[in-house]
Amino acid sequence: MSMPPVALEVRNITKRFPGVIANDGINFTLRRGEIHALLGENGAGKSTLMNIIYGLYSPDEGEILIGGPDGELKPVEIRDPHDAIRLGIGMVHQHFMLVPVFTVAENIILGDEVTRGPSLDMATARKKIKQLAYEYGLDVDPDALVEELPVGVQQRVEIIKALYRNARILVLDEPTAVLTPQEVEDLFKVIENLTERGVSIIFITHKLKEVLAIADQITVMRRGRVVGTTTPAETSEQELASMMVGREVILQVEKGPAKPGEVVLDVKDLYVAGERGIEAVRGVSFQIRAGEILGIAGVQGNGQTELVEALTGLRPFVKGEVRLNNQLVPPDDPRALFELGLSHIPEDRHKYGLVLPFPIADNEVLNTYYKPPFSQGIQRQGNAILEHARRLIKLFDVRAPSPLVPAANLSGGNQQKVIVARELSRDVRLLIANQPTRGLDVGSIEYIHRKMVEMRDQGIAVLLVSAELDEILALADRIAVMYHGQIVAVMDARDADREELGLLMAGSGTVEVPVSTPQAV
Amino acid sequence: MQGILQLEKTSVLYRYRNLFIYGTLLIVAVLASYISNPVITTAVLASAVRQATPIVLGALCGMICERSGVINIGIEGQMLLSAFTGFLANVYLDNLFLAVLVAVLTGALLGLLLAFMSVTLKIDQIIGGTVINILALGLTGYFYISGLTTSGKLQPIRLGPLADIPLIGPIFFSNPPITYAAIILVFLSHYVLFHTRWGLRTRAVGEHPRAADTVGIDVYKIRYANVIIAGAVVGLAGAFLTLESVGSFERAMTNGRGFVALAVMIFGQWTPFGAWGAALLFGFAMALQTQLQFTGQFNIPHQFIGMLPYVLTIIVLAGFVGRSRPPAAEGVPYEKE
Repeated sequence: MSMPPVALEVRNITKRFPGVIANDGINFTLRRGEIHALLGENGAGKSTLMNIIYGLYSPDEGEILIGGPDGELKPVEIRDPHDAIRLGIGMVHQHFMLVPVFTVAENIILGDEVTRGPSLDMATARKKIKQLAYEYGLDVDPDALVEELPVGVQQRVEIIKALYRNARILVLDEPTAVLTPQEVEDLFKVIENLTERGVSIIFITHKLKEVLAIADQITVMRRGRVVGTTTPAETSEQELASMMVGREVILQVEKGPAKPGEVVLDVKDLYVAGERGIEAVRGVSFQIRAGEILGIAGVQGNGQTELVEALTGLRPFVKGEVRLNNQLVPPDDPRALFELGLSHIPEDRHKYGLVLPFPIADNEVLNTYYKPPFSQGIQRQGNAILEHARRLIKLFDVRAPSPLVPAANLSGGNQQKVIVARELSRDVRLLIANQPTRGLDVGSIEYIHRKMVEMRDQGIAVLLVSAELDEILALADRIAVMYHGQIVAVMDARDADREELGLLMAGSGTVEVPVSTPQAV
Repeated sequence: MQGILQLEKTSVLYRYRNLFIYGTLLIVAVLASYISNPVITTAVLASAVRQATPIVLGALCGMICERSGVINIGIEGQMLLSAFTGFLANVYLDNLFLAVLVAVLTGALLGLLLAFMSVTLKIDQIIGGTVINILALGLTGYFYISGLTTSGKLQPIRLGPLADIPLIGPIFFSNPPITYAAIILVFLSHYVLFHTRWGLRTRAVGEHPRAADTVGIDVYKIRYANVIIAGAVVGLAGAFLTLESVGSFERAMTNGRGFVALAVMIFGQWTPFGAWGAALLFGFAMALQTQLQFTGQFNIPHQFIGMLPYVLTIIVLAGFVGRSRPPAAEGVPYEKE
């Protein structure tokens, strides 16, 4: 079998940032029509490499070569995204680069507008987009407002945006992070469609299953270096994980059967208003018992955020009843909830979890600072706070030189550990964790997962909300699926089936499961 | 009315039904007033259009800045300093055209200063605007010379037979040049903002600058250009005050118009026509209070009547600010990766 010609090659790329070598002599070859997965943890240097290829960074050393239509390789200089676009490189960023209040067509033509005289020529643009959409099997309405489209469709808009600029090499940065399992399948079909038409794909991810399912070639990066290139046929999930992390990794979370006790959290018929006056949570009821993990699965934006905010006192609820330890909780009063034994690992650790410019020590007492020993009368007790922080840093393995380091200076994983330390070092009955491992490296994920199972085994009730189905399946004892503000199914984790969960998350559940009174396991 | 409300949802009439309903009511009210007292009605409405001029120009300035992502609360200062330099230019050069040009350039120069502070230095934009306001107040106060006189101000231009139409003619077609310019700028900025490449890029930069950056649009350049152009527009408002309306300069003569313009911009939902409509409402409130004080028909202390435009500002701000949706990236300095 003859190899297809090379579409893009990077040779010996090195990029240094103050204090780190983000890319250290990277070599990477992409062939025409190939799906090449770039696998690595956060901070492995994948994004740096892609930003170099897309012209957002300039490399300190090394060269980039692009293959012409005749297969001839030519060195190129990519100084900005303009150059990259001109050379046929397109990029779909992890956080979509779409203007929410613009239409699909406006977003696609932005920066490369069709004009007639001084005016924008939307009619021609629309026609061109429709033709591209038809050619590549990407169904979109050019006049729809982007903010009103589901995430999967927004991603399609991003892909068309690249194709509109004649991209022959498409970089997809963590494209499946925000998709439902069904949307992932659709995306894979689109990708195959693209490669059949000669588009080459660089697929950046940290999800091993996907890599094995779709890639032709796999390049693994760790700490700024390429540690190996392989193919799905030659490798396994376990091996890829070890290559990524640099040591043996336990992919399966070890946990014994749950021993549920009395009911800790009892939610009855809860209604919560969302941002734009829409009801985000519509009549949700469930219970969590001591010593069990209830996982709430669902695609982001189906009311999970509002549900968690209501349960943690950050958002008032419209109707319904919440009991914690058999006590009716007042809506909208986080401190009362904390004192009843609630702990909360929030979805957005920068916005709600930490005061970033504050030192670790102050962050560790954000919800207890007013109580002795951290406070006597109106006087803050600096020494007690420092001592407390030193103890937690050791206990929870936070990698920081001192408790006086601002939280902003820590890595994502260590920031999350600071939060976990604060939330779990108190006497708690209920832990609510919303996306607790988002954006963390495998090592930190392992740690957080282990900690959560540990808490469960100590008899704490745990509510885990996650958009990652794998995380729910690995940790939860019972699984509830949220769709459009309602819990559409509750099931025992042992009976859960990926396929069925995926369908339920997408709102096309075939199985009707009673919504109220979930059974204890 | 029922018939109008039941129109097809897709029709143009349905989309603009509120405009039609209120527009009809407005026309009926104006006609009724005209029939009862044509002279005063015409005078008040013509005055409303002129009073609205500096406000709509200020609102356009704020809108152009914010659409590109820069908050401008220095409109008041830009207007004041432009009024001052325009007046001085008229005194010493004795040429109204050059005087207007000087005012426009002053506004643009202060725009450049704001752009430099907020785009390049990434200073908090509220502070940047405040700097401009204080700077303008200080400079005009320090260099103020009392007793300067000029040989004239901009005179109304009658647009031929159009000016002879009853009611409409005196209101819209018999105005001095800057008032015409303001009306033209409303249409022009609508066209540029929503129907040209420049407008699309400007709005993209104000909503999601990184998205614009990744498709090769220079965010800094767009912001600089818009803030400078917006400065030139509000420079015209300053020129209006000293070269068209009053004819001389007084300390702090802008009298809060720059801030009213911000309220008008918000009320107008960051659109040129919205801003124009809102500015006409304020212009009407100002014209009305002048008229009421002048005729003295009502037995209300004149201080209360004088409050009218400002009370309207407060009501509008209290009622609309929370519900309106500003450009998403306004006030946030853009950091390239």
